[in-house]
Amino acid sequence: MIGQVVFNWICQKPVHNRKKTEKWGRSMMKPWKAVKRLVPLFAGLALLLSACGREDLSVLRPQGTVAEGQLGLIKLSITIMVAVMIIVFGIAAYVWIKFRRKPGQTDVPKQVEGNFKLEIIWTAIPLVLVLILAVATVQKVFAYGENYSADKNAVKVKVTSHLFWWEFSYPDYGVTTAQDLIIPTGKKIALELKTADVLHSFWVPSLAGKTDTNTDGTINNAWIQADKEGVYLGKCAELCGPSHAFMEFKVKSVSEDSFNNWVEAMKAPAVLPEDPAVAEVFKNQCLTCHAVGDQGGPVGPNLTGIGSRETVASILLNEEGSGKPAGGKPVKDNMVEWLNDPQKVKPGNKMPQPKEDLGLTDEEIDAIAQYLADYKLSY
Amino acid sequence: MAHAHSVKRHKGLMDWLTTVDHKKIAILYLIAGGLFFGIGGIEALLIRVQLAKPMNDFVTAQQFNELITMHGTTMIFLGVMPVIFALMNAVVPLQIGARDVAFPFLNSLGFWTFLFGGLLLNLSWVMGGAPDAGWTSYTPLSSTTYSLTHGVDFYTIGLQIAGLGTLIGGINFLATIITMRAPGMSFMRMPMFTWTSFVTSAMILFAFPAVTVGLVLLSFDRILGANFFNVEAGGNPVLWQHIFWIFGHPEVYILILPAFGVISEVVSTFSRKRLFGYSSMVFATILIAFLGFMVWAHHMFTTGMGPVANALFSIATMLIAVPTGIKIFNWLFTMWGGQIRFTTANLFAAGFIPTFVMGGVTGVMLASAPADYQYHDTYFVVAHFHYVIVGGLVLGLFAGLHYWWPKMFGRVLNEGLGKVEFWTFIIGFHLTFFVQHFLGLIGMQRRVFTYLPNQGFDLMNLISTIGAFLMGVGVIIFLVNVAISFKQPKGVAGDVWEDGRTLEWAIPSPPPEYNFKQTPLVRGIDAFWKEKMAGNTEMTPAEPVGPIHMPSPTILPFVMSVGLFIAGLGFMFTSDDFGNSLLNFLFSNYIITGIGLAITFGSMLLRSLYDDHGWHIEPEEMNDKGVKA
Repeated sequence: MIGQVVFNWICQKPVHNRKKTEKWGRSMMKPWKAVKRLVPLFAGLALLLSACGREDLSVLRPQGTVAEGQLGLIKLSITIMVAVMIIVFGIAAYVWIKFRRKPGQTDVPKQVEGNFKLEIIWTAIPLVLVLILAVATVQKVFAYGENYSADKNAVKVKVTSHLFWWEFSYPDYGVTTAQDLIIPTGKKIALELKTADVLHSFWVPSLAGKTDTNTDGTINNAWIQADKEGVYLGKCAELCGPSHAFMEFKVKSVSEDSFNNWVEAMKAPAVLPEDPAVAEVFKNQCLTCHAVGDQGGPVGPNLTGIGSRETVASILLNEEGSGKPAGGKPVKDNMVEWLNDPQKVKPGNKMPQPKEDLGLTDEEIDAIAQYLADYKLSY
Repeated sequence: MAHAHSVKRHKGLMDWLTTVDHKKIAILYLIAGGLFFGIGGIEALLIRVQLAKPMNDFVTAQQFNELITMHGTTMIFLGVMPVIFALMNAVVPLQIGARDVAFPFLNSLGFWTFLFGGLLLNLSWVMGGAPDAGWTSYTPLSSTTYSLTHGVDFYTIGLQIAGLGTLIGGINFLATIITMRAPGMSFMRMPMFTWTSFVTSAMILFAFPAVTVGLVLLSFDRILGANFFNVEAGGNPVLWQHIFWIFGHPEVYILILPAFGVISEVVSTFSRKRLFGYSSMVFATILIAFLGFMVWAHHMFTTGMGPVANALFSIATMLIAVPTGIKIFNWLFTMWGGQIRFTTANLFAAGFIPTFVMGGVTGVMLASAPADYQYHDTYFVVAHFHYVIVGGLVLGLFAGLHYWWPKMFGRVLNEGLGKVEFWTFIIGFHLTFFVQHFLGLIGMQRRVFTYLPNQGFDLMNLISTIGAFLMGVGVIIFLVNVAISFKQPKGVAGDVWEDGRTLEWAIPSPPPEYNFKQTPLVRGIDAFWKEKMAGNTEMTPAEPVGPIHMPSPTILPFVMSVGLFIAGLGFMFTSDDFGNSLLNFLFSNYIITGIGLAITFGSMLLRSLYDDHGWHIEPEEMNDKGVKA
């Protein structure tokens, strides 16, 4: 299991060590210390190190039960496969060096028809290796195929994918939100996934692998669980149109108390803009599709508490959000950027252009952006 | 003489349009395949330029989706398939000691339908937009609700026509290999490339009808308003995935098996040893083909088929590793104890082995369903299938082209340039695709037109783009090499590599029109090597010298394919408004479609009613130089 040891060493060593090596990788600080660590590995280590990816995004740095199990399977298969590769490459290298034709060699080598014993060996050994992997695979297929939607301790969430955003509704709490999936830490989340239009795929690499969101008739179930609080990146993994690349979402894992506070805050009556003129525009132009609190429609993403979300439109990162290390801009600026030209931010999305189609002025956009940016939930 | 002897012999362009000679059809396939391979390659480079840095705007999101769709479709159906058919046409009849394929007319028809199907598909670029739903064209994304241009229509109709050509070609090779082997060549004496061509043809026979059915259903949905995949009307999009992959997975083996054949020939020849474990190679080939039909659903692990189906398809998929492993070890032990000569062809074969193994092991990793939930639709998968298709198949095709080039064209490709080309290509290849494994694992999903910065994707994407251009340079060097080779006079030695083992090396390079003056008698595996070891310089003939019956050239296959092309184009635009009453009338009443079909079926009628018994080459015409091929 050398593969596994090396793997753990690279990707999962304690955080304080990681910082040092990263520092070295970026700014050449304390090279002697880093070099010492690098000695046992080959020259491509720097690349490999960055190849472990971000904690909130990488399959190689799991933060939840399912992803951990899946990484375990990945490591098992990599170990077996690296062993196979070493054997094959070794024999190949030996053969290429040892049996090159020498100049002037004219004799004819012995024409070997085959070797029964050898052929049995290289049929049987791969078969055994495959069986080892097969047993682990079958075990986990059933474990992750479990449906927890009837489990009383699990939190049920209905995931509905749209071009190009995500809707999350909590049937037991009567709450619907969009883009940021808020979950209590350490609890099983039972997902029921479907699409409102084309096929998409729900993927939070650091928490669990993908599940497709199909149309009615082939609705899927899956489960995830986050072991510690944090914000994890989710992505759509099935080609769904022009903005497939931008169909991201966040999973925010919070304490159980926070989760309950959030549910309460979501259920509170809607807060509309203070300025009656702005409120009028917002009601007539925005709430025909979007909802805040108990008002509005279900066509577009629910906007309740959008000011405390991680992003605007899933790719404009909010400075206030915790999606580090990416940084971002203030919510209001992002909101203005989005409302000025949604098609530019997210080509092919279904929202009408606020200026061209809905006739909003710059002032109205600014006021609505300010209102939405200030619409925060405390939890 | 009693034989009918008059035949109109065409020259120049007309000769190429009417030829039914398998050697010339091979060259046509090679040119057409090369053309489409070039187009697909340029699309690949555009994709890589767009992805070179985060939030790039070199192409738009829509253009990017068109590029990836056309890159995949073009490379699979129009790039590598025809080059495989080029090698099969050039080599298989020679390897089995035949004078042509079983149905020379069909051979020509297969080529022209493939070409016109491919041209139709690529016309989409200039006729309102290319298909944009991925080469897999999953519904509902590929339905008229979400894909508004005619792009996907070009995809369904173009691929139906091109697929017809492939199916015709496959049937032809099955018939050829079953019925036209020289006396003494039993199945278990057939060269490995012929074996893999045979098994591939059988797979084409079973796999292509599936995709044709799928494409018919999808085009009915789109053009005639049917509801096969329309959820509101009770249709099911997941059905499309099953139909597509029940073709799509065997297709992968349709592609790779001939490459296995090439590698077997090249490795054995340049080690001066017979293929180690020939019978187990044959067995492994057939087993891979069989299992290839049993694993399609491993492309759908995340679709939600349930744990039982996922577990079964996982295990079935892993089992393929066993026969594939047998092949790898057989190649290694063919070289063991041999005298290896690293010609360019053998370098490509040597590069193939480790590269393909890397693609194979990631294949086994992907077979494990719970792990696949993480790999699926990420760059890990992109890396995997490019290792198998480029690192496996394309390297195999380069090996085959360098190996058989002298036989096809009577000229050798430059060895020095060939080596430069090999190293540029393979280094570029690994640069491009090795890092993509990691991109997938750290969270980059595939088919994204761009990505946000600060996700750790930037450096590896840049490396990948640089590698892609290096591969491009490798291909350009190959083209230069080809151009230089045509400056040489024609006519290298028949057994140009001096260690040729199979029948094609027993005849001149390039072979005369009739291939074998006398059908050879096959006395064992590696027939020509066996004669050489017995001290003979040529094959023992199985028949006396006599007049050779040849099929007549004909323009009909070309005309039939033009008819299908017109019909397909007409069918696509039946509900369009051209702003011109005449055009509207012609298209919406299926008149254009009708004209096209009339041309095709009229040609078939003509072919059926007019008896053409072919012609003969008399013995006195067969001087040593042979009739000009």
